[in-house]
Amino acid sequence: MDLSQQIAQYIITGLTIGAIYAIVAIGFNIIHNATGIVNFAQCEFISLGGMFMYTLVVHINVNMIISFFISMAAVALIGALIERGPIRHARSKEIIILIFLTVGISGVLRGAAQEAWGTDNVGVPAFSGENPIHLPLGAVIVPQHIWVFAITVLVVVLLHYFFKKTLMGKAMRATAVDRKAAALVGISVNRMILLSFAFSGGLGAVAGMIIAPISTTSYDTGIMLGLKGFAAAILGGYGNFAGAIVGGIILGILESLGAGLISSQYKDAIAFFILLMVLFLKPTGILGYGESERV
Amino acid sequence: MSIFFKHKDIFGFAILAIFIIILPVFVESKYHYIVLNVIGLNTIVVVGLNLLIGFAGQISLGHAAFYGLGSYFSGILTVNYGFPLWPAMLVGMLATGVVAYLIGYPSLKLRGHYLVMATLGFGIIIKILMGELEQFTGGHDGLIGIPQLAIGGLIFDNDLKNFYLIWSFVFFSMLTAKNLINSRVGRALRAVHGSEVAANALGINTADYKVKVFVLSAMFASISGSLYAHYITFISPSSYDFYYSIQVVTMVIVGGMGSLWGSLFGAGVLTFISEALHFAKQYHIIAYGIFLCLVLIFLPEGILVGIYNLFLKRKAQKHISTD
Repeated sequence: MDLSQQIAQYIITGLTIGAIYAIVAIGFNIIHNATGIVNFAQCEFISLGGMFMYTLVVHINVNMIISFFISMAAVALIGALIERGPIRHARSKEIIILIFLTVGISGVLRGAAQEAWGTDNVGVPAFSGENPIHLPLGAVIVPQHIWVFAITVLVVVLLHYFFKKTLMGKAMRATAVDRKAAALVGISVNRMILLSFAFSGGLGAVAGMIIAPISTTSYDTGIMLGLKGFAAAILGGYGNFAGAIVGGIILGILESLGAGLISSQYKDAIAFFILLMVLFLKPTGILGYGESERV
Repeated sequence: MSIFFKHKDIFGFAILAIFIIILPVFVESKYHYIVLNVIGLNTIVVVGLNLLIGFAGQISLGHAAFYGLGSYFSGILTVNYGFPLWPAMLVGMLATGVVAYLIGYPSLKLRGHYLVMATLGFGIIIKILMGELEQFTGGHDGLIGIPQLAIGGLIFDNDLKNFYLIWSFVFFSMLTAKNLINSRVGRALRAVHGSEVAANALGINTADYKVKVFVLSAMFASISGSLYAHYITFISPSSYDFYYSIQVVTMVIVGGMGSLWGSLFGAGVLTFISEALHFAKQYHIIAYGIFLCLVLIFLPEGILVGIYNLFLKRKAQKHISTD
């Protein structure tokens, strides 16, 4: 393989992982816009999505498509329960307390997942076959990569439609802009926050499920993916919908190129080094803080 | 820094001193010493972190990295370069302070919770470097043969001596924190925590104070890390993961944000629980998670202060109903 082939391959890999980061980053943004907190339980949504899918498909032999939707709904429900339970009943509504609370919830979920599934990495079958497809420039991809892109695009389009065109989506955006004003025009702010947790849960699960056939999954697979999705959200501009996508793709490609051309040992460090650089040089991110285009 | 002690504080510190001096009388096994010494080391980190969380209202999820920098500076300088022990510790502390400044300055200049992101990323980078820079750190196998500390001819070579050494540091770190809280800096920090805008309007350079307290809290963690390295004489990257950062944050919250004595309580209780669950390491994450959630939901002021407040509230209610 010559260099251009290698680079093409790295970019394909980077785009794939970048798509995952983008979905996770959108999940972080939705909750941030609704509540102002950083939801660390987002990491666990990814792991749980992958592990539910694994259990349904491998152990219970449920149809792949049905498993996908069941897992997504289950994690969305967990997200909703997190809001309906601990977050809503916390006696203090200080941001700092709520952020720590999500750290605690994340620990509980991870511990429970470890009890349920053990610590082994497990594989999930690809959505449709493993036959590699040859692309121009000599890059090779498996069908699962296409699934990742297709599902990411679909998710983004659906979310865009939901937030721009539907009444409920507009209500969520209004809540993000100004809670008091939203409540004054009759929007149930609590329900919007509940919904944003459910959305994040569902998105996290989707990310976990579509990457599982490529990179296997485990009870804590979401930690790194989640934290890098977080880095992607910052890179694009925290709270910014389009920024999440741009940030995810750029982070994915830089990480993949860095790992391939510089050193694979420092693969995880590269993403966080980029995060630090963004915080220091342009903390509002590439597309700016999500004031103008909040989801 | 002037010492303005309230009577209550003198009383508290006197009891702490007496407690430290006589505690070894009741300690029987080596294991109990190790638990007590680990509590001491954690307390130093927690006291520093509590200054940041409780007084500057900022979150760090990277204190494991500062703790680790202390350990690795001490370890690498003394083992690889034959540095004298105490200067190595001092260099570690100062270097950690500089690093913390470099992270804190850009992220605290901005409103909002940028520090949590910066410290999180920094923590993960440091953990990776500890594992990968093998020629310096010994890689994932760790660094062995770190010398024990000594003052003149007195070598801290057993658990009892280390107990007194570590707990002297606990005592002085708490004293430093108390002094800081009662000083002009402390009042400024409380103003920042209360209302950043109001504090700014009164001419307090809020960002500046936040950076200073962040640097100080990192230095506390570094000292504790150095003491740990010289006490255990072996360090490896697994002691400094994200989980340790969560652990110390939990200790701050359980003890009560902004409560100095609560830091001691939080470090004590949670280190004890960790040790009690030693036989089942897999339950650590879930136990910490549940503990953290319960305290945050029901007693966000921390266990001691929270229960005390509930007690006061109940008493007040009784008073009203009897009237």
